[in-house]
Amino acid sequence: MTLKSAARDPVADTIQRDLIAKKGYDMVSHVRSGQYLKISLQAEDKDSAKDIIVQMCNDLRIYNPVTQKLNILNVTEANQ
Amino acid sequence: MNIKIAIIQFPGSNCDLDALHVLNNVMSIETKLIWHNDFKGSQFDGAILPGGFSFGDYLRSGIIAAHSPAIDEARQMLKEDKPIIGICNGFQILTEAQLLPGALLQNDSLKFICKWIKIRVENNQTAFTNQMKSGSILNIPIAHGEGRYFTDNLKELEDNNQIVFKYVDSNGEMGESSNPNGSLENIAGVCDLEQKCLGLMPHPERASESILSPESTTHGRLFFESMKNFIEKRS
Repeated sequence: MTLKSAARDPVADTIQRDLIAKKGYDMVSHVRSGQYLKISLQAEDKDSAKDIIVQMCNDLRIYNPVTQKLNILNVTEANQ
Repeated sequence: MNIKIAIIQFPGSNCDLDALHVLNNVMSIETKLIWHNDFKGSQFDGAILPGGFSFGDYLRSGIIAAHSPAIDEARQMLKEDKPIIGICNGFQILTEAQLLPGALLQNDSLKFICKWIKIRVENNQTAFTNQMKSGSILNIPIAHGEGRYFTDNLKELEDNNQIVFKYVDSNGEMGESSNPNGSLENIAGVCDLEQKCLGLMPHPERASESILSPESTTHGRLFFESMKNFIEKRS
């Protein structure tokens, strides 16, 4: 979950300005912060797992659509 | 008429007793503390969601409390024209519950800010501001880490007169220096479309006794006088 571009991100701005840029990584142009949840669940396959997660995040407002974007990363099958 | 107000307690609420003291002892309005799982809106004429924290404010401030059965009760109360005010964490809960528009983000400074500030009354037609003068300036303290108001639909708020308070300087002017947390358009408080639900980051319950105010003001009382007036006129 990352902040929408319209919302200022002072955490990321501080990391970029006071750490990254000060230590010489001038090639870094943009940093955005976010929240990360690792979720394990049972589902038929990867697609249905993703569908369940998206529905749950919308239903329970796990991300706030006013301020955040939801990104689903790395859906993988666990070893039984 | 005998008005009865509820203060809804969540795990982590810590301004509940301040509000209880002001309502009962300063305003002489009968008020009870109610645990969020036990709250029944039908037993009250209005409700206060107090400041503090709720459920550790994990994930985002107010989001877990927004799923409490107390919020379903609050939603029903609003349908029955009963006023609801959310103060600080209560404001965060009401936005996460989508009873109020927008969201509260971490302060621009990344610091917890606790100080007296000034807000200007932008809308004096709500259930909690009807005893205030439009454009008047109130002395009131803030105490929060996540109070930066944000909305992706500012025009709609303006068109519907939902911006109730803005942070200003002592001359009543808006500016960056009078904006303590980086809120969009200096917004300190907003209401719902029907103007019966108010949320704000500042603390009226801490601004209701002159001994607590650096300028000996009691502007916080106006919120609760307005609420009383609204309930009495409605019935």
